[in-house]
Amino acid sequence: MSKLQSYIKTFTMWELWQGLSVTLRNMFKPAVTVHYPEEKAPQSPRFRGLHALRRYPNGEERCIACKLCEAVCPALAITIESDVGDDGTRRTTLYDIDLFKCIYCGFCEEACPVDAIVETRIHEYHMEEPGENIMTKDKLLAIGDKYDAMISADKAADAKYR
Amino acid sequence: MSDDTVKIEVDGKEVEAKKGQMIIEVTDRVGTYIPRFCYHQKLSIAANCRMCLVEVEKAPKPMPACATPVMDGMKIFTKSAAAISAQKATMEFLLINHPLDCPICDQGGECELQDQALGFGRDVSRYNERKRVVKDKDIGSLVSTDMTRCIHCTRCVRFGEEITGLQELGTIGRAEDMKISTYVEKSLDHEMSANIIDLCPVGALNNKPYRYSARAWEMQQRATVSPHDCVGSNMYAHILRGTVKRIVPRENEAINETWISDRDRFSYEGVYSQDRLLRPRLKSGDVWEDVSWDEALKKLSESLRAAASEKIGILASPSSTLEEFHLLARLADHLGTHNIDHRIRQRDFSDQENDPTVPELGSSIEAIESANALLIVGSNVRKEAPIIGHRMRKAALNGCEVNVVNHAEFDYHFDLHKHVHGAGLVEQLAGIAVALATSNLPANISELCAGVDPTATQKMIAKSLQSADRAQVITGLIAGRHKAAAAIRALAAFIAASADASFGTLTEGANSAGGYLAGVLPHKAQGGTRREKVGMNAAEMCAGSLDAVLLFGLEPDADLTCIANAGSGLAEQKFVAALTPYSSESLEQSTDLMLPIGTFAETAGTFVNCELRWQSFAGIANPVGEARPGWKVLRVLGNLLDAEGFDYDTNEEVREEITAQVGEVQSGQATAGTKPLAKVNGEDAPSEQIDVPIYEIDGVVRRATALQLTPEALRAGTEEL
Repeated sequence: MSKLQSYIKTFTMWELWQGLSVTLRNMFKPAVTVHYPEEKAPQSPRFRGLHALRRYPNGEERCIACKLCEAVCPALAITIESDVGDDGTRRTTLYDIDLFKCIYCGFCEEACPVDAIVETRIHEYHMEEPGENIMTKDKLLAIGDKYDAMISADKAADAKYR
Repeated sequence: MSDDTVKIEVDGKEVEAKKGQMIIEVTDRVGTYIPRFCYHQKLSIAANCRMCLVEVEKAPKPMPACATPVMDGMKIFTKSAAAISAQKATMEFLLINHPLDCPICDQGGECELQDQALGFGRDVSRYNERKRVVKDKDIGSLVSTDMTRCIHCTRCVRFGEEITGLQELGTIGRAEDMKISTYVEKSLDHEMSANIIDLCPVGALNNKPYRYSARAWEMQQRATVSPHDCVGSNMYAHILRGTVKRIVPRENEAINETWISDRDRFSYEGVYSQDRLLRPRLKSGDVWEDVSWDEALKKLSESLRAAASEKIGILASPSSTLEEFHLLARLADHLGTHNIDHRIRQRDFSDQENDPTVPELGSSIEAIESANALLIVGSNVRKEAPIIGHRMRKAALNGCEVNVVNHAEFDYHFDLHKHVHGAGLVEQLAGIAVALATSNLPANISELCAGVDPTATQKMIAKSLQSADRAQVITGLIAGRHKAAAAIRALAAFIAASADASFGTLTEGANSAGGYLAGVLPHKAQGGTRREKVGMNAAEMCAGSLDAVLLFGLEPDADLTCIANAGSGLAEQKFVAALTPYSSESLEQSTDLMLPIGTFAETAGTFVNCELRWQSFAGIANPVGEARPGWKVLRVLGNLLDAEGFDYDTNEEVREEITAQVGEVQSGQATAGTKPLAKVNGEDAPSEQIDVPIYEIDGVVRRATALQLTPEALRAGTEEL
């Protein structure tokens, strides 16, 4: 019996038609591919892209140079030097992230006790010259200032899960 | 089991203990951990933090392990439910007023409170009231304060009372209002006060120059040895990316216990001074130019070759390493000169043929503590060697009769039996010597003692030394720099011998003993063998007219203070080259060539301390600029001069060579010469400058910013003005 069935399936090319039916069905479904860069896939507020250093609303840097991000970084991408700041507080004098070393794990963000270092949604960036991969403190603060609204909204959206 | 031991049980394990020991001492010995804050091995017991509560069988309440003596058959439970719950409750109370600022606290990562909160703290505080805030005190340039973090263990207060003898900190108020304070706002003013940084279990007292500059976990700990006094305190340097960030004590019961002096702790700042010489410099005409190492070494070797051998002089700092001394001595041999000296602060060279092979303390540093009579001659010991001063204080507290003969009254912070000051040292010592003499005085001092009638005080000192079974006579740096140093030494040695006391001396720099061993002396070669022809000593070299002078690690104006017009004297020499870590005005004026060498932090080497303990250390930091370790520069110089056997690859090879040659040399205090010493060969009452201030002793210290801002340094500064 099974031998007969096998013969019929072979000569009618049954399995081929079965496969093609999947193709046929998907021809009429809406497409899932995104036409990047005209179209973009949705992002989670937890997306881990380019780093930024944040400030308090009064303009004061959040970072207190505790160096926990430097310690937790598995790729040793962060280099910090600290000293007594102008107002007598603990401040960084150097805060470098090497984007070539960074693996975007987000541990720095998790370790930060003052929410200073964050990974933003920004993922579209490139380097043209050697050395541009080093994100200095000024660059990081500038990103934080520019995208402050976005970062705050993302933080607020994620806050209830923390 | 002898009478003074008891058997107790710790967590079900039977342990033997001495009667009267506290529980915590026994558990520490057997390795059972009990948390603690206020208990410290070197301090008295306060039992005020309550963290060490343990359960003791049949005791109604948990007992503090630090203040409960062991009893026979005692059963102690350190991990029982009752003990843990008591410890957790204590921790909760301690954390009530402790701020949550660990991320900005320098103690973070090495904090006893942080560590123990992890083990005994709750994860969420139940305390919702206001936390207290305490105003920070300004206690000087060495220690920063964040008094809100204080948990009132009073270790710092007890340190002042018991260790330094200068009560700088105390408590005011009680309960929640209790504060650690200086009472009247003032700076810490003891040469060992910064040890409270290590004692403080939390971040209330911290290292000010180090403030906020690094984290405990990111630094490497490298062992090193103090380069500033003859004690050779053991220390650890904490290094971040090749730079020294701070220095902490390395425990060594035989030398510095758990303490180090402020000078050792903060001198590293001088390593990164603006004055560092970054590359070799050559004077052409009146202008200083940077030159390459090749050029500089070529110039130096040519100048040395051109000079007549008896017209070459070598002056080295007494804090050079043994390896550097050895290479300098070998270079001098190769060049055929005996004009080599490291005794840069000595004024009196008249009795140098009776120098001991190596000057030393005559006993171990530890043994000073157990002396029962001491005679300190010509020494501001607290400033010269703070650790020795501390040992003497311990001896005094143990009932030792400390007698002092000094030209001025110094502050000792311990009770003196008899204290003579103001008059000439020779005169005073002659009095004591006459009081001790039973028969005729030896020839060398008979003239000094002629016609001396001992005073009542001098007789009492003599009696105190004579009646003690462990007496010591120790001469200090002031005695060594004295214009009548030979007379003082001979008299002190005679006093020691007649009173059956040990005789010793404190020496300049970190490695005078090494200088003697290696033969960096005009009259003695390596291992103390006499030279047939005696060369020029330090003073003669400065005053003489030489063809080439090599200065090693010293600055003429500040380090050759005992030699009148040393700087201008050197400037008149034909060619002066300096191997120096620093550039200074006096060096620029008096030298023609400067080669940058490393400070103690950048060179490997060996220091021989005043008890003749050899202590080797490795370089701990990256060199600044193009500076190179001194021994490497000397080795290359040796090659350029075609000296034989200068092919060392490592510092260890140099050390092995000198160890093989002088390792067996024993000191032997051969100080009793037969040549009669003149009445007083020099002035007896020393001048003010004889006591070099504690923070001006060498180039590194002179450039340590924080030390220069201490009251001690400021006082020394105003005296000069």
